[in-house]
Amino acid sequence: MSINQPNAPFVGTIEKSPKISLIGTLAMLVEAPGDFDLLQQGRIWALADAVSTWPNVQEAVIGVTNVMLVFEQPPADIGMLGAAIVELWHRLPGRKADGKLIEIPVVYGGELGFDLPAVAKRAGLSERDVIRIHSEGEYTVCAVASSPGFGYLHGLDPRIHMPRKSVPSLNMRAGSVTIGGMQTGVAVLTSPNGWNAIGWASVAMFDPSSEQPSLMLPGDRVKFRIDRIEL
Amino acid sequence: MIEILTSPAFNTIQDLGRHGARRFGVSTSGAMDPVALAAGNALLGNDDNAAGIEIQTFPFRLRFSADTAFALTGADHDATLAGSAVRPWWCTRAKAGDVLAITAPRRGARVYMTFGGGIDVPRVLGSRSTHLRGGFGGLEGRTLQAGDVVPIGNSPSSSDGRFDFGVAPPDVAIAGIASADDRVLRIRVMRAGEYDLFSEAMQASFWTTRWKISARSDRGGYRLIGGKLTLDAPVEMRSHGVVAGVVQVPPAGEPIIQMSDANTAGGYPKMAAVIQADLWRLGQATPGSVIAFSEVSYQDAVAAMAPVNDYLVKLRATADLYRAL
Repeated sequence: MSINQPNAPFVGTIEKSPKISLIGTLAMLVEAPGDFDLLQQGRIWALADAVSTWPNVQEAVIGVTNVMLVFEQPPADIGMLGAAIVELWHRLPGRKADGKLIEIPVVYGGELGFDLPAVAKRAGLSERDVIRIHSEGEYTVCAVASSPGFGYLHGLDPRIHMPRKSVPSLNMRAGSVTIGGMQTGVAVLTSPNGWNAIGWASVAMFDPSSEQPSLMLPGDRVKFRIDRIEL
Repeated sequence: MIEILTSPAFNTIQDLGRHGARRFGVSTSGAMDPVALAAGNALLGNDDNAAGIEIQTFPFRLRFSADTAFALTGADHDATLAGSAVRPWWCTRAKAGDVLAITAPRRGARVYMTFGGGIDVPRVLGSRSTHLRGGFGGLEGRTLQAGDVVPIGNSPSSSDGRFDFGVAPPDVAIAGIASADDRVLRIRVMRAGEYDLFSEAMQASFWTTRWKISARSDRGGYRLIGGKLTLDAPVEMRSHGVVAGVVQVPPAGEPIIQMSDANTAGGYPKMAAVIQADLWRLGQATPGSVIAFSEVSYQDAVAAMAPVNDYLVKLRATADLYRAL
């Protein structure tokens, strides 16, 4: 553990403990050790659930194998807080992807899935194969971030991984079903977007007037269903 | 009610921000200078968090539909009410039909206009702040434009209380924070997670460079020009939460300070984070101005908020007393 200070004490086993760092006085980032996998992500979910009930924690913001704690007030003893988190990390059982199952009907290809040919070409597959592979997968919502209600979906078949564009599409429509690297997702806002659009879904992903505004939450599972294919 | 007569661009309704919704991907928004907004509210006897107008493009004009107490804080500006000058950091009362006009500030970037009773738009996810990207909060989730009619709440303080008084702005009232003569704004930061990944030469460059705030800067973030901070071995950070004030270094090497409308997540290495006590001062820095960073410890960063909090507490006590006279 290092808390941004040269003389911070080390706590716990260095290799297997999370890295803890401060972002100013009101936020603390806890990063799981090791590679990205759903086991580590599940431990982050569990940690976020637990610490978000602690006093002075305004919220626990889940990222990809990390969680940022936002505080109401600067914590009195950062060292003790960090040690408590490390201790909890080692003791807490991880959470499985046990959230709700969300089914999303997709119009694949066509005008709004304009990157489907490029994905197929790079994968060396037909467009129909890309659609089949994408719609057969089951995905896990790792984190909700980047724009209101946008879920980072893990579980994309490696055959259809596709790097993000270096020049983003200028006005990608909300509802675009996209692939970005090893992840897939559904665009929530109409805006510039560097991911690759392969289809479109008319699903309300975010409702600011609702107490629970985001359709997707960390730990939910997502299945894409073929609504129509436009080639 | 008030009616907006002139509002060039990007003037929005803001309170102290939308806290607790980052986990849904919703950035906090909120006033870029929260001290000025809170002070404007304190002058009127409102809650610190009541919504006001953040004015960052000028000239700005509005007409009052009813007798309304209001305050002007933030950047050092000129304003007139029905043709008579109103000083900055001042509260007074407008009569129905009066027109208020504000011209571009001499110093600072953003003027805050608060109203007795606050702006009465609905709270969305706990806040009245405008979320421009998401298109919600404030007035229909958008910037103000001529013709808009903005509802004002009922004033909590007695409407026949005394108005027409002002206070010293925080950069005058709080000792030791005024800029030095060289016109460089000193901003205190704490090291952040990836500081140690940068070489000693890059770290030194971060502290010694006079960084210029680029014209491509807005409520989302300030891009800095003046040097390149590069890593010997580039790192791919996994997407993680960020807060206002974080200084990120994209691969091209020019740092970005995330501000009120920053995304909830980022993936760039974090060099440092602006301390809470200096974030409001940064919120008043204009594109083209020059800043320099200095390092403080966690304890010093926490302690630095005490004079700011004291300032607001004293301001409120004085204003309450004065209004009751």
